Amino acid sequence: MAAEQNEQHIVSYGKLIAVWAVLLALTSLTVWISRLHLGVNRVWGSLAIASCKGGLVIAFFMHMRYEGRLLRWVLFVTLATLSIFIGVTFFDVLYR
Amino acid sequence: MTPIVRPVTVPSFWNDTGKSGVAAWIFSTDHKRIGLLYLYSVLAFFLVGMTLGGLLRIELMAPGRTIVGPQTYNALFTVHGVVMIFLFIIPAFPGAFGNMVMPIQIGARDVAFPRLNLLSWWLYVLGATIIIVSLFTGDGPPDTGWTFYLPFSERTGTNVSLAVFGVFIVGFSSILTGINFVTTIHQLRAEGMSWGRLPLFVWSLYATAWVQILATPILGITLVLIIAERLLGTGLFDPGRGGDPLMYQHLFWIYSHPAVYIMILPAMGAITEIIPVFSRKPIFGYKMIAFSSIAIASAGSLVWGHHMFTSGMSDRAILIFSFLTFVVAIPSAIKVFNWVSTLYKGSISLEAPMLFALSFILLFSIGGLTGLILGAAATNIHVHDTHFVVGHFHYVMFGGAGFAFFGAMHYWLPKFYGRRYAEKPALAAWVLMFIGFNITYFSMMLLGVKGMPRRYYDYLPEFAPLNLVSTVGSWILISGVILLLINLFRGLWKGEPIGNNPWGGATLEWTIPSPPPTENFDADPVVTHGPYDFRKTGMP
Ligand code: HEM
Ligand SMILES: [Cu+2]
Repeated sequence: MAAEQNEQHIVSYGKLIAVWAVLLALTSLTVWISRLHLGVNRVWGSLAIASCKGGLVIAFFMHMRYEGRLLRWVLFVTLATLSIFIGVTFFDVLYR
Repeated sequence: MTPIVRPVTVPSFWNDTGKSGVAAWIFSTDHKRIGLLYLYSVLAFFLVGMTLGGLLRIELMAPGRTIVGPQTYNALFTVHGVVMIFLFIIPAFPGAFGNMVMPIQIGARDVAFPRLNLLSWWLYVLGATIIIVSLFTGDGPPDTGWTFYLPFSERTGTNVSLAVFGVFIVGFSSILTGINFVTTIHQLRAEGMSWGRLPLFVWSLYATAWVQILATPILGITLVLIIAERLLGTGLFDPGRGGDPLMYQHLFWIYSHPAVYIMILPAMGAITEIIPVFSRKPIFGYKMIAFSSIAIASAGSLVWGHHMFTSGMSDRAILIFSFLTFVVAIPSAIKVFNWVSTLYKGSISLEAPMLFALSFILLFSIGGLTGLILGAAATNIHVHDTHFVVGHFHYVMFGGAGFAFFGAMHYWLPKFYGRRYAEKPALAAWVLMFIGFNITYFSMMLLGVKGMPRRYYDYLPEFAPLNLVSTVGSWILISGVILLLINLFRGLWKGEPIGNNPWGGATLEWTIPSPPPTENFDADPVVTHGPYDFRKTGMP
């Protein structure tokens, strides 16, 4: 465990640039979607794309992909808590 | 530097490092010293808050202006609330008894991150200092109530920004304690200390620590947004600028309802230690009590909307939050039933810690059941923002967490000083507090049912008699507290020395000397029995 933690994982430039390109593509997708007439689905669509982008940043730029199971769990619990809080707030915001 | 004298002259954490100057205390990384630093700090703020509460009651003694005008009254209840919540009851249990007792109870020599622990106390002191400074600078102390509701807290000219910043800093201290405790409980348990043998106080601190870690950041963000509203005029919560004031209330209560569990869970944990020891009987339903701590912490995080039933929230949300609030009553009741079952046919000994524990059960039950009156959407409309609410939450926070804290002081502090208090004055103090408490706050609940609103310095003449009763009650209560503290600390410094195990407890802290040495254990302990297995303690 200790040895694992001290090891620095080096991500190649190629991979980082590829991820960046995907992020840019997703950003254009968001812009494109916002121009379509999809009603409420537009919000869900944008949220889905934003989550994918966040996931990529966390996995590659923040190295979560190369971390141990514990850290992933901690991140998961935190994000799950946050989404539950936001989700429950929607019972008010959506139906007011 | 004046050396801090220590109570008993055997080698212990008071003297065995050879360092006892002030610096050796305020820069110590020993969990017992940090716990005592926390204890003295939170007690100091409790006394401040108690004085302010006494002043509030004197103002309300008779209709019209008694000692202060409306603006001062607003500042008084705001500062009373902020001090009692953020500087007393939230840090009290984890900071003082969590630090002092928990590492010993799991058989560790310290917490996992001793220096982070010291930092958390320093952040608490820094935040508290900023809050105090905010009272005397700018255009007067904050007058918003401890809830800082927008848009008022954006528009008021008083010193809200600085006070809020102080609370923000104190929040970090709470997060650090939480991280430290979760890590300690996972990593530093002694050999044989399985999860099923953890003392229930430790289980309750574990559940609390997760709430501290997960909920406090939301308070931090919310407070920063208040400052942004005031300084940058972001308008997020200001309806005048298209903002949504209800969103502020959501954010505030997403933290502040779970914060109620930061106050009450470790208090319940302490009660769960005291009751079996003073009933000479193993705890009834160990697993259910441990489970209910976790259940309260998780379900309790989803009920914040019950503070907003009259705010204009959607009906659907009111229904859901009301339902969830009732759900949390289940694990709380599980605990109460288990305590009562532990008492059943026990060999009960009514010493001071036990009296506080028993009164905790009653007062907390009253607080909890009146909470259901508030949690039911229909009845809430009638008593919302009245003195009924003030009575209710004092039953939970003072009659519950506060009484448990005083019980814990009588139960555990002799361990750390090596001396004990005199029993009779302790009983007298308890009687005064118990009677005074109920007179003070039951009257408030009655006033609330009759319709007296909270947070006003004046009231209609028909409310006068009960207000007078409540104020006289507060004098009885306060004299009880003063007697309690004098007797307790006199005894701790000068009283009879005690042995290792004065009460006959079966958890690890009672196996080591009183006061404990800096390293806690000579040799790493190996745990062979559960925390409530009294057969091994050699007590009658
Ligand atoms: C010494 C005993 C105490 C007395 C006499 C006292 C008295 C009062 C009174 C009269 C009010 C209502 C003010 C109003 O709404 O007009 C109040 C509010 C409050 N008290 Fe206490 N109190 C005491 C102890 C405590 C303790 C131990 C706690 C918490 C642990 C606490 C927490 C609060 C809070 C949070 C408020 C609400 C402040 C607000 O409206 O913003 N009090 N207290
Ligand atoms: Cu609540």
